[in-house]
Amino acid sequence: MSCCVPTQVYQPMPSGGQDGYPSRDEVLFASTNAGDGLIQTHIFIPGIHCGGCLSAIEKAMGALPCVKQARVNLSAKRLVLHWTRQDVDPGAVFGALAGLGYQAHLDNGSAARKDDTLGRLLLSLGVAGFAAANVMLLSVSIWSGAKGPTRDMFHWISALIAIPAVGYAGQPFFRPALRALKAGHLTMDVPISLAVILALGMSVYETSNHGENAYFDASITLLFFLLIGRVLDHVMRERARGAVASLGRMAPSGATVIAQDGSRDWVPLESVVPGMVLFVAPGQYLPVDGIVVSGDGEIDCAIATGESDPVAAKPGIAFPAGALAVGAPVILRATRPARQSFLAEMVSMLEAAESAKPRFRRISDRAAAIYAPTVHLAALLTFIGWVSVTGDWHHAIYTAIAVLIITCPCALGLAVPIVQVVAAGRLARQGILLSDGSALEKMAQVDKVLFDKTGTLTTGNPALRQAERHNPKVLRLAGSLAMASRHPYSRALVTACEDLSLVVDPESWDNLREEPGKGVEAERDGSRYRLGKASWALKDRMEDGQDSVVFSRDGCALDLYYFDETIRDGAVETVAWLRGQGFAPEVMSGDSAAKVAHVADTLGIAQVQAGMSPADKIARIQSLQSNGYHVLMVGDGINDAPALNAADASIAPSTASDVGRRASGFVFLSNSLDAVRMAITISRQARSLIYQNFGLAVVYNLIAVPVAVAGYATPLVAAIAMSGSSCLVIANALRLNLPSARRKIPQKFAAVTQRQGAHPTIQTVGEVG
Amino acid sequence: MSILVILIPAALVLGLIGLLAFLWSLKSGQYTDLDGDAWRALNEEPDEEKTRR
Repeated sequence: MSCCVPTQVYQPMPSGGQDGYPSRDEVLFASTNAGDGLIQTHIFIPGIHCGGCLSAIEKAMGALPCVKQARVNLSAKRLVLHWTRQDVDPGAVFGALAGLGYQAHLDNGSAARKDDTLGRLLLSLGVAGFAAANVMLLSVSIWSGAKGPTRDMFHWISALIAIPAVGYAGQPFFRPALRALKAGHLTMDVPISLAVILALGMSVYETSNHGENAYFDASITLLFFLLIGRVLDHVMRERARGAVASLGRMAPSGATVIAQDGSRDWVPLESVVPGMVLFVAPGQYLPVDGIVVSGDGEIDCAIATGESDPVAAKPGIAFPAGALAVGAPVILRATRPARQSFLAEMVSMLEAAESAKPRFRRISDRAAAIYAPTVHLAALLTFIGWVSVTGDWHHAIYTAIAVLIITCPCALGLAVPIVQVVAAGRLARQGILLSDGSALEKMAQVDKVLFDKTGTLTTGNPALRQAERHNPKVLRLAGSLAMASRHPYSRALVTACEDLSLVVDPESWDNLREEPGKGVEAERDGSRYRLGKASWALKDRMEDGQDSVVFSRDGCALDLYYFDETIRDGAVETVAWLRGQGFAPEVMSGDSAAKVAHVADTLGIAQVQAGMSPADKIARIQSLQSNGYHVLMVGDGINDAPALNAADASIAPSTASDVGRRASGFVFLSNSLDAVRMAITISRQARSLIYQNFGLAVVYNLIAVPVAVAGYATPLVAAIAMSGSSCLVIANALRLNLPSARRKIPQKFAAVTQRQGAHPTIQTVGEVG
Repeated sequence: MSILVILIPAALVLGLIGLLAFLWSLKSGQYTDLDGDAWRALNEEPDEEKTRR
C-alpha cells in the first residue's frame, strides 16, 4: 500500500443513498454524456496526493465490472469514470474507494469542464513564443552586423512573422484595453497595447525607409513575457476556483422523497415543494427547512446555527436546512422550498453584506492607475522635448515610442501573478486553498481576527471528559460496545480507549445491536449490557443527563461518561501566536454563553460574544471595519457565511458548510487551526515580495527611462533590458520557495492528527506524504 | 549571401515544426495532469486497457 493512504475514518458526508453513498439517480444527474453509449462521471477525491494513490485507485476501479474506463487526474484530484447508464453502481465504486481509505465526493463535472480561456491563452503564448524566437534570430543577425539589402530583407521577414503573430497573440491585451478605454479608465492593458502597436507601426515605417533600427523583436518578446504572466494568473485563479467549487459539491443536491404509496425517489433539490415528506438518513444534512414527522434520533444544528448540543428529533419540532441528522433516520415534512430555506436566507444576507463592503482594489490595479498615466506622460514629454529642441519630427516620434517600449510593464505584468502562483503553491502544499488571487492581498493586511466557536475553535466532535479517571476495565468494555455505533459519543469513547491504549474488542459480545436514538446493547456471560441514555439503560428511570451517557449491566449503572467539546488541533498555539503578533483575537458564537466562555477560557481569548445571530456577527465586523480594522473571520457554519463575506479576509475549514466555504477566501483541508497562521504568514511574505518586485520595476525604469529619453534605446538595449528585468522579477518571486523563507514558519505544530472523526479528515499536508 | 535563401526558410520551418508540436501536445491533453503524468512515468506496470483514454 502506498505511503499516504489516509487512515480509515468515519464517512459523515453521504448525500443520497441509504448506505451513505450517492444514489444511482444522483450519479446519473451529475454525469455527462461521453459518446459511444457511455456516460462520464467525475468524482472528487481530496485525499489523493501521490503516484501510489493513483495506481491503487486505478487498479481498484479496473477490477470493477461496472466501470469501462477509469483515469485519475492527480493535479485536479479527480477520478473520471466511463460507464454505461445501465451499469452505474455507485455502491461498488464508492465502497471500493472507502475500502482503500479515500473519501470521495460526487462532482457534477462543471468544475472539470474544459477551460477554453486557458487553451486560448496557451495558444497565444505558443504563437508568441514561436514568433519571438524566430524574430530574435533575425534581430541577432542584424545586431551582429548585417547591412544594406540583407538588413532590409531580415526586417521584412521579421515583419512578416511579427505582424500576424502580434495580431493574434495580442488579443488578450487589446480587447480589455479597448473595453477599459471605452469605460474611461486606464488599466495595465492600455500602455501594453499602445506600446506593442506603436512599436510595430514604427518598425514597418522604418523598414520601408531602409532604416537601421526596427523593434519587431521588442514588440513580440514583450507580448511573450506578458502572456506568461497572464497564463499564470489564469491558471491560479481557475485552480483555486475549481478546488473550492468541488468541495462545495459534498452537500446533497437533492432529497429522498417518500411518496403516498411509500416508495422512495431521489429528486433534485429545486423540485422539493412544501408538504413533501422527506427521508433523511443518519449522517445526512436536512436538504430544506422542515418539521419532524417521525424519528427517534437527534439533530445536530452545529453547522447551521452554531449550537453545539444535539437536539432530540421529536415530531413537531422545526429544524433549519443544513442541520445534521445523527443516530437514526428522520422523516421530515418540508415547510419551505429550497430557495426560501434558512440556507437561502443566509445566501441573500451574504450577498447584501458583499455589496455593503468597501470595494477592494487589487495591488496591480492600484499600480496601473499610477503607472499608465506616468508612462504616457513621459512619452509625450519626450516627444515635445525633442520637437522643440531639434525640430526633427521623425526623431521625436521615434524616441517617444522607444520610451513607451522600454517602460512597458513587462516586469510589472509578471510581478504580481508570479508571486501569487508561488505563494498559492506553497499554501496548497500545506493544505490551504485559495478561492481567488486577491485573497492573498486581503489576508496580508489583516489586523484583527474573529473566530467562530463550534466547528472552528472546536472540532464539533465530543471528547470524553477526564478519560484517565475512569476505571480502565469498564471503559474498555464500554468502548467495545461503542464500536457498534456511529453516534458521536460512541466514537468519542472508542477514541478515548485508543488514546489510553485499551484494546477494544467488539467480537466478545453476543446479540450486539443498536437501538436508534437510545443506545447500544449486547449480551455477555448471561448479563445484558447497555450503553446510552440514562432513561433507557437504567432500571429505575432517571432523567436523561446533559452531555452524558450511562453504561449499565442488567439495568445497574457501571459508569457515567461526560463529554466535552474537543478543541481543534493547533487552536491553543494559533491563538497564542495571534496574541503575540498583537491581533487580540475574539470569539463570536451562536452558542450559549457558558459553552463559549469555557472554550475561550481554555484558549485564553479575552473578548467573547455568545448567542450571536448572523446579523449580529455582521454588525460586529462592520463596526470594527468602521474603526479602521481589517478583519479576518475564521468560521465554518451556515450562520457564519454572511460574516465570512462581510470580513476583509476569511478562512474556513474544509468541514465547513458549503455556503461558508464559498464565502471565504481560503479553505484549509488539514485539521489543524495552524492553517490560520500559515495563511497570514505566507500572505505577508507574498505581499512583501510583490512590493519588492514593484521596487525592482521602479529601479529598472529609473535607469531605463533616461536612456530612452536621451534616444539611446536601440532595439538591442530594449531586448536586454526587458528580458533582464523579467528574469529578475521571476527569480525574486521564487525566493518564497527557498528554505530560508520556509524556516520563518516553524513546522512544529503543523502535523495533522488523524483521529478527529465526525467530520472528514482530509490529509493533504505535504510533509506527511 | 545566397545561402540565406536556404537557411532562413530552414530556420522558419524548424520553428514552425516546434509550434505545431506544441499545438499538438496541447490538443492531446498533455497539460491536463502534469503531476499525474510525472508519477505514471515511474510506473513499471504497462498501462492497462481500462486506464487508457
